[in-house]
Amino acid sequence: MSSTLIKIICIVCYIVFAPFVGGLLDGIDRKISARMQRRVGPPLLQPFYDVGKLFNKQVISVTKSQGFLLLSYLLFIVLTGAMFFAGTDILLCVFVLSTAAMFLYFASCVTSSPYSTIGASRELIQMIAYEPAVLMTCVGFYLVRGSFEISSIASTKVSNIVFLPGVFVAFVFILTIKMRKSPFDISTAHHAHQEIVKGITSEMGARNLAFFTVTEWYENVFLLSMVGLFIINKNPWSIPGAFAVVALVYFVEILIDNCSARIKYFTMLKLTWVISLALAGSNIWILMLIRK
Amino acid sequence: MYKVKKSPWVLHYDGSSCNGCDIEVLACLTPVYDAERFGIVNTGDPMQADILLITGGINSQNEAVVKQLYDQMPRPKVVVAVGVCACTGGIFKDCYNILGGADKVIPVDIYVPGCAARPQAIIDGIVQAVELFEKRLEKHKAYVKKEKEA
Ligand code: SF4
Repeated sequence: MSSTLIKIICIVCYIVFAPFVGGLLDGIDRKISARMQRRVGPPLLQPFYDVGKLFNKQVISVTKSQGFLLLSYLLFIVLTGAMFFAGTDILLCVFVLSTAAMFLYFASCVTSSPYSTIGASRELIQMIAYEPAVLMTCVGFYLVRGSFEISSIASTKVSNIVFLPGVFVAFVFILTIKMRKSPFDISTAHHAHQEIVKGITSEMGARNLAFFTVTEWYENVFLLSMVGLFIINKNPWSIPGAFAVVALVYFVEILIDNCSARIKYFTMLKLTWVISLALAGSNIWILMLIRK
Repeated sequence: MYKVKKSPWVLHYDGSSCNGCDIEVLACLTPVYDAERFGIVNTGDPMQADILLITGGINSQNEAVVKQLYDQMPRPKVVVAVGVCACTGGIFKDCYNILGGADKVIPVDIYVPGCAARPQAIIDGIVQAVELFEKRLEKHKAYVKKEKEA
């Protein structure tokens, strides 16, 4: 089979199956969270029922442009994932991801509701917090492989994590922000009641919220694949290994979510930057010394 | 009843209650009663809610607020009055500022009696509300379809 065909299959698989995988992960998350709180928890497929219901409700939107902006958000996230699975430039993926986040910011700003505006500005602060670590991840991959191409990063002899343990930990750390998990769920929370209602999603109802949720699922699958990229190598046996590590990381995220309280945005900013610089930064510095 | 394949999202509004019923509403979400096993989520956002859970009576100050919350909820929607205060005005009925139960300002579908209403009764009320919600959803779908054709 030609490599182009494999790439196309990968992209189609991502576009078709990512929402299902993402929704299922969400369901597992809610179930495990409930068990951690000694509750029974909702059925595993609850996220799908939720989205199904949202699509059927009356659409009340404050501004027409919100729907368009949210669709752009969805499109750019899908593009990010598609590019990732096509094995293109990882740096480009990350930039498209940031562009997508900008659309989300605008989608909640246009409504001019105070809650969603505060949520949106907090989202921006979150971006400032996690972006250095994401960029350093790309740089780390480049230093190890001498290329930004994902297809070449994925086909190493030894897993990348061997050279990038610090970068890996920093990336998992910022994953908590990206997945909107406590203690960093400051722009919007999965849990009930927050001081700013639903934050960035306050003014999104019905179909718009459904789009937002599906986009989150796409994004989560992409982010977890990034985690998998640290593990995967030439050996086909590394694939189950990558899945195991991804599952473990996801579990750790749920655990952190359930045993920590929300912190102030400035603490988050300081904490993430210190961790990113200390772990990822020193990791990259050492790599550069070795490369010389 | 275990497998209710729906996702009722609840908006809880506290009128002029004594807070007894509100505590019971929150008790529904604790591990003992775990309302989330039916997919019930307590959102604080009227734009995302399906069921308006209202406790306490209506007074002249919160009348407009309740109306607005109801209007902000997208169709289909169901209103549940929890506790006798929300049903009729209850113990505060004769107070100079109380207008009466929630049905004085918005159409109430399900009345959950009790002072304070027990968590079991509240969950039962919500489950009934979900059934009603399903019926209205079907109606709403038919309505949307007709609109599209016209
Ligand atoms: S019904 Fe009873 S417990 Fe509930 S708000 Fe009224 S007075 Fe309080």
